[in-house]
Formats: sequence, structure tokens, C-alpha cells
Amino acid sequence: MTEQTLRQWLLTDTPTSRRHAKLSALYQGWLAFRSNTMAMIGLGILLALVLIAAAAPLLAPHDPFVQNLGNRLAPLGSEGHLLGTDSLGRDILSRLIYGARITLYIVALVALIAPIVGLLVGTVSGYVGGWVDIVLMRITDIFLAFPRLVLALAFVAALGAGIENAVIAISLTAWPPYARIARAETLTIRSSDYISAIKLQGAGGFRIITKHIWPLCISSLIVRVTLDMAGIILAAAGLGFLGLGAQPPSPEWGAMISEGRRFILDHWWVATMPGLAIFTVSLAFNLLGDGLRDVLDPKAGE
Amino acid sequence: MTMLHIDNLNVWFGSGRDRVDAVKGASFDVGAGESFGLVGESGSGKSTILRAITGLAPTWSGRIAVDERTIEKTRARAFYKQVQMVFQDPYASLHPRHSVDAVLGETLQLHGFKDIDARVVRLLDDVGLGQKFRFRYPHQLSGGQRQRVAIARALAPEPELLLLDEPTSALDVSVQAEILNLLADLRQEHGLTYLMVSHDLSVVGHMCDRLAVMKDGEIVEIMDVADLRVMKAAHPYSQHLLQASV
Amino acid sequence: MDTLLDIENLWVKFPTRQGIFDAVRGVSFTLGRERLGIVGESGSGKSMTGRAILRLIRPPGIVEADHIKLDGVDLLQKSEKAMRDVRGERISMVMQDPKFSLNPVMTIGDQIIEAYRLHNTASKSEARAKALEMLEAVSIRNPERVMRAYPHEMSGGMGQRIMIAMMLIPNPEILIADEPTSALDVSVQRQVLDIMDKLVKERGMGLIFISHDLNLVADFCDRVLIMYAGRIVEVCDADKLHDAQHPYTRGLLNSLPRLNAPRDRLDVLKRDPAWSDAPSVSGRV
Repeated sequence: MTEQTLRQWLLTDTPTSRRHAKLSALYQGWLAFRSNTMAMIGLGILLALVLIAAAAPLLAPHDPFVQNLGNRLAPLGSEGHLLGTDSLGRDILSRLIYGARITLYIVALVALIAPIVGLLVGTVSGYVGGWVDIVLMRITDIFLAFPRLVLALAFVAALGAGIENAVIAISLTAWPPYARIARAETLTIRSSDYISAIKLQGAGGFRIITKHIWPLCISSLIVRVTLDMAGIILAAAGLGFLGLGAQPPSPEWGAMISEGRRFILDHWWVATMPGLAIFTVSLAFNLLGDGLRDVLDPKAGE
Repeated sequence: MTMLHIDNLNVWFGSGRDRVDAVKGASFDVGAGESFGLVGESGSGKSTILRAITGLAPTWSGRIAVDERTIEKTRARAFYKQVQMVFQDPYASLHPRHSVDAVLGETLQLHGFKDIDARVVRLLDDVGLGQKFRFRYPHQLSGGQRQRVAIARALAPEPELLLLDEPTSALDVSVQAEILNLLADLRQEHGLTYLMVSHDLSVVGHMCDRLAVMKDGEIVEIMDVADLRVMKAAHPYSQHLLQASV
Repeated sequence: MDTLLDIENLWVKFPTRQGIFDAVRGVSFTLGRERLGIVGESGSGKSMTGRAILRLIRPPGIVEADHIKLDGVDLLQKSEKAMRDVRGERISMVMQDPKFSLNPVMTIGDQIIEAYRLHNTASKSEARAKALEMLEAVSIRNPERVMRAYPHEMSGGMGQRIMIAMMLIPNPEILIADEPTSALDVSVQRQVLDIMDKLVKERGMGLIFISHDLNLVADFCDRVLIMYAGRIVEVCDADKLHDAQHPYTRGLLNSLPRLNAPRDRLDVLKRDPAWSDAPSVSGRV
């Protein structure tokens, strides 16, 4: 027993304490995830994004806001400006690096708001049933019936342009699918024997939903959120492109494309570089989501 | 003394045209310390009676009394301290993300016990699992081990009446023997009363003192196990069931 | 007795994180025109043996054998395409739960007709007549009505009979039945067994009957293989199963409660590691 390695300790079938059991379960999940190369690539890209955003002042060769009209629209690879400059002579690479912060900020906020609202609405609706279910699901239907970007536009128009409002607008349009998923899962979980068993211990609805239903819904929601992240980034970029999200001179990627649009024929890199950044991050989230589904989704495994 | 008294119990699902009467006018008594069997084919309503007693089937009429107290439609927590149930499929009755420790700990906490750690240890010993199973998750347990955990959970509130819904039908025969022995031991040690549902007459014959034969939601006959052993059934359906099982 | 199926040294392996797990370990047996029972507990490899014959083990599972000969032709040498013709056409399989084997959105009639026309060139009306005949052969009383029904409208016993009817359409030489009656009530169980029995006798088929129920197998089969931990530990004639010698078989028999012999405690099987180390007993005739 004393000779066992950390790996053996983690892979044991006979955990000796609560912490040991948790760590062991986490490690097994990590092993399954690690064997998925594409998912690891996605995770790598996202980790790189986080690092870049954190170290933006160190990495960026120039101040993203300093204009230099004498050197505007410089092409790729020009001296001191690896990805060229935009219409006001700002360094595109630096703007992309700082823009990573905004992208992460949007992603984090939406990922915090939308799935949690969806989880709450969906599980309560599914567990309580009856008229509560009917009312909540009809509200969900109303939100689902609008095209996402149009509804977001309406919210931004009402609340005013800006990143926070864009995030709220996107979250408001993003939660209904999560509510649907959570409800569908709750309906199957609700009638299972282990829920009956805890009911027979006198547990109330609140405890059953939070301690027994949520842990089972969360994994499929996480998968769905990661897969949706690409869409959320694109929606944020779309709002930025339409001038309703981040406001100039903020280096938000969508807004950068919007600015570059005017020069797209003669100076293609101004719009293409932020486009490539959006593409890469969206792809990374999709790859990660696929990998997470293999690890987390209880229906796919075992 | 009667531990469980059931009088003219009707259970139904749905309403109007979709109404299905699962149990029709069932009446029987189970004495304290007795082991009573309910047998019948699938769809005969035998499991539904258990679900009505525990409140999992909310639409019922008639009278159910436990320990000579009539059960109301909404059950207090005190009721679940007295009556507990073991489910048929041990693969479905344990939460897949909760460890054995979490399952038993939560149950004990819900019933207001203070010395949870010591009790978890004792429960695991009681069902013959021991400490090395304490922090395992259901997927790390075999079917028989899972059923032992489910039995430990049912024993946690120290109930007097244990409802057993086909507790061994999903298990191998050798494991079935272990679980049936365990249940017999526990009944003796804790002075439990059993109400056991099974489709297997030989299991009921082994475990029970008396049994009721059910068909299409009705109890057709209540007989002693001694009569069952000598194949002496009064009702033609019971005779038919006996013949098919041998 | 002529040999339909000849299996030599069959292994089924699954690679896992802890190394290779052998679900079936070197099993050999032959099947003639008989009812051959395979009994064992869950995890003994009995179902895997049945699936391996049809090469239905999904990757990463691996099937290895010296040979699996059907009428002298090794199934392991066949291409996947050729195997598809063997499955259903020459060897059919009936699973435990008919609900998962029938298509829920097609009427039973359409499914049987489709299955029939897949294997035979026949007009729709011919196939329909044949389907009705099949349903009658498995003692379904009102075949016209059943033809129009959807699987969810059928009881378990009916569903299982329909499955058997479908499996018998191509007139296979061998039927592999994996716990065909364990989801059914005792009285229905009897009926389904009688139907299988009749078909096996009338058509001279070979039947591999996989079950965990010793009494049932003793009653129904001609010859029994008892499997433990992926190996055959004992082979005996079904009517002599109750006099079996191996301690594992004896242990299983003794752990069953019996109506006519009441006991305070049931015997608990004490597993001997030597059982799983001992070489597999050959089930060849």
C-alpha cells in the first residue's frame, strides 16, 4: 500500500475518504477527456486565450488606442505592425490582444447568466409540473419564438448600446434552450427510483431539485453551453458589427470587423484578422464542447 | 397487534376516460413482526399497493393504518421514520453521482440524527458491507452491493415496517440468497415487519408467513405459506400460478 | 448427430484502462440439432458468447477463436458484408426485451413484411400472407389485428412472440435466444418456451438458449453448458443438471429457495478462485 504511486491512488476502486473519492472521480474524467485529441486542442486554444488576455499589456507591441494617421492601413508584416494597422493607424495585433479580454468578459458573463436562469426555470418547471410548468414553458416559448439577434437588437435599443447591455440582451435570448434541456432531463429524473427513495426520507422539493436533480442536469448544460459559446461570441460580434455592442474605440472583435468593412476590397486584412480570431475561438469552444460531451454526458458514456 | 392495516384500498391513475384502476378494494392486515407477501403477475397491482402506502401513488381511497394510526394523504416525516421501502432495481435506486457515504449521510441528516458518522459506519456493518465501501460511487459496486446500500438506506431511520418491492428479482441467484439471508437476519435483529412484493413464489415461500395472491388489481386469496408449500390453494388462479411456478 | 456449429477456443476481449479484460476465455463447444442451454451468472460471459458467434461485439471489443464454423465454413474469415447475410438468414437472435428490438414507429405487420422481403423476393401480398402465417405459428390468436398494431400496444409476451416470428421468417438453421423469457411472467414464459420448442422440433433447428435460470434450462434444454468467469466449468445433460458435480453448479442450485424444502437460511455460494483458473471444459460432442 505504501509503495503505490499517485496515479494508482487516483485510479483506485476503493477510495478511503470523501476527498479521495472526489479526486479520483475527477482524475478519471480528466483521463477520458485527455484521450480526445480535438478537445485537447480546443482546451489549449482557450487556455492560450486566457493567458493572452491576462498578459495583454506585456504582449501587445503597441497601445491599442494610440492613433497614427500617417501610418494608416499599413499591410500585413509592415515594420512594427505584424498584422498591419487599421483606418486610424492603430496596431491590429495589439487591438486583437486587448479584444481577447472583451471576448472573455462577454463569454464569462453570458455563461454565468443564461444557463443558470435556464437551469432554474427548467428544473422547477419539470419537477413541480402542473400550472407552474405550463406558465414557465409558455414564457420560454415566447422567448424562443423571436430570432435571437432581432430580440437582442430590441433589448439593446431599449437599454442603450454598450457591452453590458449586449451581454444582458444575449443572455435573455440564450436561456430558453437551456430551460428546455433542463426540463426534459428533470422529467426523466423525476420519475426515477432514486428520487422516489429520497422522497421516502421526507425530503422536500427544494432539496430534491438542488441536491439531486441539478447535479445530473448540469453536465449536459455545460456541454450545451460550450457548444453554444461559438454562437454567443458571434452574436456579440454581430451586435458589435451593427454598432450596438461595444462602442468605439473599444477593440471588440465584431466592432473591428465593422470598421474594416469600409476598406474590405482594398485592405482586406483589417476585417479579416478579427474575423480569424472569432473563428479560432468559436472553433475552440466547439471542439471543447464535443470533448466534454464524451466525458460528462451520462447518456453517452457507460 | 397489527402493524399495517389496509381496508378497501383503491388506487387509480389518470382520470376520466384514461383512468386505470390499478388496485381494487384490497384489504389485508399485517401483524407486528410478521412477514407478509404479495404475489401476482406484472400489472396485477402488487407494487402499486406499496407505492400507495408510501405516498408515491397519490390517488387512492380507502383506509391505510400503520401501527393503528390512520395515514393522511400528506405524510409527516415521522411516518417515514416508521415505514421504509427497498426498490426493485438497485441500478436505478441509487443516485449515480452520490457516494454511499453521501446517500446514507443525507438520509440520517434528514431524520435528524446527530451522530451521523458513527451511524453510517454501523449501517454499513449491519448490511455486511464494511468500511471500504463507504466512499464508493454506485458504478463501483456490484448489483448485490448496491442492494445492500439500498437496504442500509431503508434501515437508517430505524423503521418498524419495511416494504420490499421485488428486492432480489434483478440479482443473480447466488446474490439473491445472500440478500434474502441478510433480510431474514435484519428482521430478527431489529424486530422488523416485512411487506414483500414478488413474482417468485419460492422467494415468498422462503421469506413470508402469509401471502396474498393478486390478479388484475384484486386480492383473490390470502393464504398461509404452509398451504402454499403443499400446493393447497383455494382460488383457481392461485392454483394456476402455483402450477406454472413449479 | 450432425454438427451445425463448431466453436473452438473462443475469446472475447475488451481493452480497458486497467489492461485487457477477458469476458470469454477459450470456450469450445458444438451445436447440433438440439436445444443447448448456456447458464451462468451475470458477467459469466454467456451473453458475450452468443454475440461473439454472430460477431456482434462492438469495437473496441475483440473476438478471437481458432474457428467458429457454420456448416464447415469459418465465420471469422467472412467479410462484414458476408456476415450480414449470415445474421438473420442462417443464424437468428432473440434478445431479452422485445421493446428495444422492434421499431416503435412502424406497425408490426409492416416490420414483418419488410423483414420477409429483405430475405425473399416476394410481392407485397405474398409477404403479407406469409407474415400472417408466421404470427399464427407463434400462437397469436388475432394476427390481423396484431399486424395493424404498433409495438407499444403489445404486452411483453406478445412482443417476444412477434420477435420470434420475425426471427423465424428467413428459416434460419440456428436460433440464439438470449434470456428470451426473463422479462415475462411465469405463465407467459411457458407459452413462449412451448412455441420455441415446437419450432425447433418441426424445423430441425439448433437452439442456443442463454439463461440465468437453472430450473428453466434443466426443464427445457437437452444439454447444458455452465459458465463461470468466461469459462465453461461443466457440461451435462439437462435432465441430469440437478445431479451436477461442479461445486459452482451445486452452489447455484443450493442457493435457490424451494417451496417444498423450506430452510431457515439459504446456502450462500462460496467462490473458489480455482474455478476461474481451471481450464475451460469442452462442450464438444
